[in-house]
Amino acid sequence: MKNRLFVKGNEAVAMGAIEAGCRYYFGYPITPQNDIPEYMSREMPKLGGTFVQAESEVAAINMVLGAGAAGGRAMTSSSGPGISLKAEGMSFMAGSEIPAVIVNIQRPGPGLGGIDVSQADYFQAVKGAGHGGYHLIVLAPHSVQELYDLTMLAFDLADRYRIPAMVLGDAMLGQMKEALVPHAHQLPKDLPPKDWAITGKRGRVRGNVVKSLYLADGELEAHNWHLHAKYAQLKERETRFEAVGLDDAELILTAFGGAARIVKTAIAMARKEGLKVGLIRPITVFPFPTDIYRTATVKTPKVLCVELNNGQMVEDVRLSVDPKADVRFYGRPGGTGSLPDPEEIFAQIRKHYKD
Amino acid sequence: MSHKAQTVFQRPSSLKEVPTHFCAGCHHGTVHRLVAEAIDLLDVQQQTIGIGSVGCSVLLYDYFDIDVVEAPHGRAPAVGTGVKRVHPDSVVFTYQGDGDLAAIGTAEIIHAANRGELLTVIFLNNTTYGMTGGQMAPTTLPGQVTTTSPYGRDVLKEGHPLRMAELLGMLGGTAFSARVAVDTPKRVMEAGRTILKAFEMQVKKQGFAFVEVLGACPTNWGMSAIEANARVGKELMDFFPLGVYKDITTQG
Repeated sequence: MKNRLFVKGNEAVAMGAIEAGCRYYFGYPITPQNDIPEYMSREMPKLGGTFVQAESEVAAINMVLGAGAAGGRAMTSSSGPGISLKAEGMSFMAGSEIPAVIVNIQRPGPGLGGIDVSQADYFQAVKGAGHGGYHLIVLAPHSVQELYDLTMLAFDLADRYRIPAMVLGDAMLGQMKEALVPHAHQLPKDLPPKDWAITGKRGRVRGNVVKSLYLADGELEAHNWHLHAKYAQLKERETRFEAVGLDDAELILTAFGGAARIVKTAIAMARKEGLKVGLIRPITVFPFPTDIYRTATVKTPKVLCVELNNGQMVEDVRLSVDPKADVRFYGRPGGTGSLPDPEEIFAQIRKHYKD
Repeated sequence: MSHKAQTVFQRPSSLKEVPTHFCAGCHHGTVHRLVAEAIDLLDVQQQTIGIGSVGCSVLLYDYFDIDVVEAPHGRAPAVGTGVKRVHPDSVVFTYQGDGDLAAIGTAEIIHAANRGELLTVIFLNNTTYGMTGGQMAPTTLPGQVTTTSPYGRDVLKEGHPLRMAELLGMLGGTAFSARVAVDTPKRVMEAGRTILKAFEMQVKKQGFAFVEVLGACPTNWGMSAIEANARVGKELMDFFPLGVYKDITTQG
């Protein structure tokens, strides 16, 4: 499987999921991610897998909840308004420690908003969209290849930590085509057995129970500290980022997902003119790569955060940097005709590089 | 004549030997037992999976000796769909109350039935939200006083009670839909047979099976257990007639 394919981002998500062993997909149509359910509806029957077009996003996430609780590798995908509807299910899954993958191909909001490129759902993804105070693992691909690779990784991380994982894409990544090198998924050999899953007792002495309700004295507090410890463990072990050109940087740019593509081109333009500009690109936005920001800004205090929204990740950047760092922001909230081009970001680099 | 002791009545092995939290005169305990008896009679305890819902039956996992997953409010048929697709050889049932199934979960129950999911759904209709303290339910009868219909349910303002067994019986995907009651020994026996059939149809992969059980909620009805039991046989059965509304095994 060394051939290069020319693949649409949304299809790369579906291909990665299937390669990772996902055999249960439940979804509901919404632009700009419809290629994912369409691909799944075509391919799942050939593999003996399940595709269900649910009656709503609410039903779809709850089918994923059931399939995940039963021990299957299950996925749903959607975009902004649909992810809002899935918030209830995601909270229950986080509380019940049910692994599964949720894909958000972001579109601009609030409300119905639009169907173009946006990163408006950063807060929703990393701060816990639903009630009760929880986190998902959130992976932020910035290419078609990464949509494929990180979807596979999402399944492994979800299973390893018994946690729902989100792939946070956007309309640019989902709708564009570029080269993809498909490869066989290597299932980690040390994944814990799903001995907690509901399968029917099948000879076990005790029935397995997967739930989020804890009513006895102190029980819920203990459960929440357990979840908290899991988030700390994720931070320690699973933080991923890309750092480029930090050694000589006078200015650090930071961006995730689709915005990072534009930023990379702008940085290349700046480097050509001799401006020493580096990049930090979080690949996991939860857990957030706090340490690289802190260490990098001791040497290079000036940071420009670029997002396709009015400023969301920048809050996590500010919480992460050295106390003396100077964090600035440039962003546009998305919508038709509102995507900044590399020249626009390059102009921002020049401006912030000087003062 | 033999004097050897014979067991003629015992706790079903699918029920744990624990006291329940149900109020005096509540019918959840009765219906739990009927479900457990069906599981035992079909000898499927080892492959049965229960889908808990939100309401008084939420602690199902404390009472049934089986695998259980808890669903968000109203979503049990969707959760059951996911579970059954992963373990098609298992026996999956949801156990839901009237607020859960007929209000917040209306979409999920209708579409699970219409897809013909191989699930058994046990629906306890006691015309009120029991766990939250007796609010108006989608099945609250006209004129019935609840904590959120303090002047009695006015159908012009609050709409009409939903007859779920009839409604689901109309859908193409439903294989079996029936309404039973558990207010008399005779009707408990009949309810048991109906619930058994609804499980048996899943085992035989005959389709989606739904049993609505009329039961009492003495605490929230403000009645004694005996009065509440009598209300099931009169007021509830007048509005919600017992019967089989669809059965593909007997209808052409």
